[in-house]
Order: sequence, then C-alpha cells, then structure tokens
Amino acid sequence: MNLFPELRKSFIASLWFMFLTFPIMVIRVNTIENIVEWRWMNLVFVGIGSFFLSWLWRYLLSRKEMGVNKKTDDQDRTSLVSRLMKNKQLIIPAAALLAIFTIIFPHIFSTYQTSIMITALIYVMLGLGLNIVVGLAGLLDLGYVAFYAVGAYAYGLLNYHFGLGFWTALPVGAALGALFGILLGFPVLRLRGDYLAIVTLGFGEIIRLILENWNEFSFGPSGIANIPRPSFFGMDLSIQWATVYIYYIVIGICCITIVIVGRLQDSRIGRAWIALREDEIACQAMGIDKARTKLNAFALGATWAGMAGVVFAAKTTFINPASFTIWESIIILCIVVLGGMGSVVGVVSGALVLILLPEYLRAFSEYRLLIFGAILIFMMVFRPGGIVSDVRRVYRFESSAMDDKPQEYS
Amino acid sequence: MLKISDVKTYYGNIQALKGINVEIAQGEIITLIGANGAGKTTTLMSVSGIVPPRSGDIFFEGNPITGLKPHEIVELGICQVPEGRHIFPYLTVLENLDMGAFLRKDADGVRQDRDYVFSLFPILANRRHQAGGTLSGGEQQMLAISRALMARPRLLLMDEPSLGLAPLIVRQIFGIIKKINEESRTTIFLVEQNANLALKIAHRGYVMENGRITQTDTAADLLNNEDVRKAYLGV
Repeated sequence: MNLFPELRKSFIASLWFMFLTFPIMVIRVNTIENIVEWRWMNLVFVGIGSFFLSWLWRYLLSRKEMGVNKKTDDQDRTSLVSRLMKNKQLIIPAAALLAIFTIIFPHIFSTYQTSIMITALIYVMLGLGLNIVVGLAGLLDLGYVAFYAVGAYAYGLLNYHFGLGFWTALPVGAALGALFGILLGFPVLRLRGDYLAIVTLGFGEIIRLILENWNEFSFGPSGIANIPRPSFFGMDLSIQWATVYIYYIVIGICCITIVIVGRLQDSRIGRAWIALREDEIACQAMGIDKARTKLNAFALGATWAGMAGVVFAAKTTFINPASFTIWESIIILCIVVLGGMGSVVGVVSGALVLILLPEYLRAFSEYRLLIFGAILIFMMVFRPGGIVSDVRRVYRFESSAMDDKPQEYS
Repeated sequence: MLKISDVKTYYGNIQALKGINVEIAQGEIITLIGANGAGKTTTLMSVSGIVPPRSGDIFFEGNPITGLKPHEIVELGICQVPEGRHIFPYLTVLENLDMGAFLRKDADGVRQDRDYVFSLFPILANRRHQAGGTLSGGEQQMLAISRALMARPRLLLMDEPSLGLAPLIVRQIFGIIKKINEESRTTIFLVEQNANLALKIAHRGYVMENGRITQTDTAADLLNNEDVRKAYLGV
C-alpha cells in the first residue's frame, strides 16, 4: 500500500467529516440562557476519529483485495465456519454444548433475557421462511411482514371470537399464511426483480392498512389485548413460567423449521427453486413448472411467517398494526442477506446478531442505531456473502470411467 | 414426428411468425436458416411453448401440443437448448446436468447418460465441480447441449449453437451434433445463422425471411441454390 496518497485521502475525508458534522457537533444553542456554545474540542475529536477510521477502512479494503488474489481455488469455496462444520470431531461436542446451553438458558438468565431470546428466535423462524423466498427462489419479497401479521391476527381474532387456544391456532395461522402466500403469488407470477419487490411492498402495506382501518374486523389501531399465553396442559402459568414455556415452544418450532428447511433445500423442490433463481428461461427449458415452483416458494415461505405470528401474539399478549410495519420486513430481509442467502446456519446467526445486538447495544443509548448501521455497512463491504455464506452440497462423481487426468482439448 | 402447420406467433402487437409450415421426420437433422429477425428463434419458442402461438397447430408424434405449458412439452420429449446458452451460472457442471434430468426418475439411466455426455465432451468431465459461469463460451455451449441431452429428448431443439464462438469450436460442436443424431437417433431441429455449416450437417433445410418460410429443399440442394448462396452463404 502506498502510504502517502492513502494518508492524504484519509486527511481529506476527515476534513470533509469535520465540515459535515460542524453544525451538529460544534454549535449548540442554549435556549435557556440564550447563548450559542461553540464546542471546538468536538471538532478535533471528529477530525482525529474520522481520520483514523478512514485510514483503517482503506487499509482493510486493500488487505481484502490482496487476500482475494492469494486465495487458491479450493479455499475460496469454503469459509472458515463451513470448514469447521465439516469437522465431525468438533461438531458433535459443540452441538451438544449448544443444546445444553439452549435448554438451561431460561434457568440461568433472567426473564428479561429469555424474553429477548424468544424475540430473536421468532426472527429466526421469519428469517428461515423468507430465506426460502429470497435466498432459494430468488424472489425479492418486501412485504413478508404481511404474513406475519396474518398469523398474529389469526390467533388474536380466533381467540377473541371463538376462544381458540394457542395449539389450535398454530396450524390455522400456518395454513392462513400459506393461503395468503398463494394469494400474493398469483398476481406476481410474471414479475421479477424490482417490479416484484414493489408489488410485494404494496401487498404488505395493504394488509397493514386494512388492519389499521377496518375497525369492526381488527379493532383498528387499538389492536387486540389480553391474548392468552399458551397454557401448560390446561394450567395457567405465571408470567415468569409462561415465558420459559414459550421459550421452549419456540425452540421446538425453530428446530422443526431448521430440519424442514434443510431438507427442502436438498429436495426436488429446492433444486427447482435454485434453478428458478439462476435462470428462468433455462428453468423452463428443463421442464420445471415455473408457476407452481413460484407459488410453492411463496406458500412455504409464508407458512413460517404465519406460525411466527401466532407465537408473537402469544408472547406479547397484545397486537396492533404498529408491530407489522415495513421496517419489520426490512429487518427480516437484512437477517437473510446479512446472515447469508440460502444458508440455514447463516440465517440463524444473522437473526441472533441482528436482534440481540440492538438490545445489548442499549448501553450506548442514542448511538445504538448508529453503531448498528455502521456494523451493517461493514458487514456488507467485507463479507458480502453474509456471516455464513451458502455452501451447497457437493455431489461426488462416482463413476471411475472418467479419470482426473487433464485431457487435451481438441 | 413434428408438424408445424400455419403457426402465427405475436409479441404483443408485433407479428413474428406469419404462418409457418415445417415438417420433421424421425431421425432427421432439419435446419432453419435466415437473417436476423426472420423469426427463427420465435419458431423454436413456439414449439417449446415458452412463447405460445396465437393461431395454428403444432403436432408432436401426431398429438397436438399447441397450448401446452413448457414443462408439459418437455415431458413429452422435446428439449430446447436456448439461444445464448442459459446455463445455471452458480451451479457446478454436474448440478447443471442434474437439472437437465429434472423430470427423470430412473437414476441408473441418468448416470448412463451422464457418462455418455462426458464421453461426447471430455472437457466437461474435467470441469465437473466447477461453477457453470466460470466455463469458457465454448464449454458453456457444450454444457448447454449436454444438459438438454440429459433429459433424453426425442426431439432436440437447438438455437444458434455457434453464437459467439470461435470457428474451430463451432466446427467441433457441429461434429458432435451430427454424432448425437447418428448415435442415438435423436431428431434435431437446428436454428442457425451459420448457414454453410448448418446445411453441411443437416438432411433438409428451411429458409426463413420476415416470418415466412421462403424455400425448402434438401440441404445439398440448398447449398447449391443460387439465391441461397448469394443471400446466406456470402458466395
């Protein structure tokens, strides 16, 4: 790395930052004493800070580019995590430890921690569901939160009108999610990319607006309160124990989700999704039913959102349309993209990082979201494939007729 | 085997095919030649159902296939090598081939066919764990042809296999197309700009202009036809 021009660039960057942040960092109007305070020290801090950060940024970028050149073909395909995951001796004790940790988690941590964890696990389900649509089938869905809302309201309303319990509402919510997935799927069968994103965005908003404005049906912005937590074999639990109980339920559903999504990925449907993502014309030429594959993806993706919605309603005991804004869709999409599209482990870790991080960053109070945003940018620049990028199963070629000798290309 | 009768196909308001009649017998290589925009690709797209014709009929082995969905047509045994290759760029060569056999359930037959296409294109066997997008243009074309063969089609539709390839590789690929036709009796419907080479391996040919078939003859006669030589062979 050529030092001098790099330092000069960093210097210019820091000057620019000092200029940009001048009005908010330096000038403060004290309205009580009617004076303007000039905090020149802040300018110095911003200058030094941005200079070093910019230099660090350039240094990391140049290192990244050099690193790509050094990597051989073999290393390029598998990241450190996926290589660790292949190591059988390591994976079994690690998995056992993880299992024990998850089981005793609510007993060693406070109800508050457990409650955060439940939220994170709900997002794991949402992320895995959206991963089917976005990661595998390559259909950009910005209205995914609509299915989440459908699930939550399914439980809320069914319980309010008919007194249905959690366990009955769970499959109903899943089925309704799937139904709405197909409902959205039909009009967008011919769309792709940006157009699809906009239509799904509209769909998500329509569902939210209906819930907000159709007072007779959904009780409008005031929402539905007093939704019962799941009862334990007919017993009503205290809040503390109900939280623990929901925690175990979510863990269970998450495990089932992971297994099913993992199996789907390697199935015929999964291969059809991947083909659809890669090339639509080729996909048709290979005899894959495009319409059915797309509808499958939407329906199966939405199923998990519906279930997550039911769990969410049971956990918070109160739902209103404010919980189902476009921001939620974006967060779920971030989980999928940041975790690693198409990779189950990636999506799980993405959900945990993205949901737990803002909670634990509360110590930084108002800078919380700033730091969060910076981490997102950093992640995408330095690990564009996600935390754990997708490594598809490698099929070994079993025939011995073809040897590995390089053959003359004539 | 395949009979296209009075097919008219539109893209929106624009009529691409103005009543096409083509007949292909079992085991033949038929080539469709013509200038850019004549409607060659549209003819193939109409047969494979990706762009369904607005009127006219297409029969495959005596049964009408007009109006069927693309995947139903593939199931009947018509497979297309799309123009511009359209391989799956992030799947490996092996996975690409597996996608070709998507509708088949006979694992043994699939394995046999995989060995067969590797014997046709040994270079693909060397590259079998490489992502499709990292192959050279010629290799990608080979992969596209192999992938279509994995469906074990009775009628293979090929759209410009010579597109953007070096003359040497084009000749190699055409040699293999002839070989596929001779060895497995696969009927081939070849759409080509490179009229000279296409007519050399084909049995019969059709000449297309502005959405109409203007001439049809045996390939040898077309090669000697004064008009065709002037218009398409550049002699």
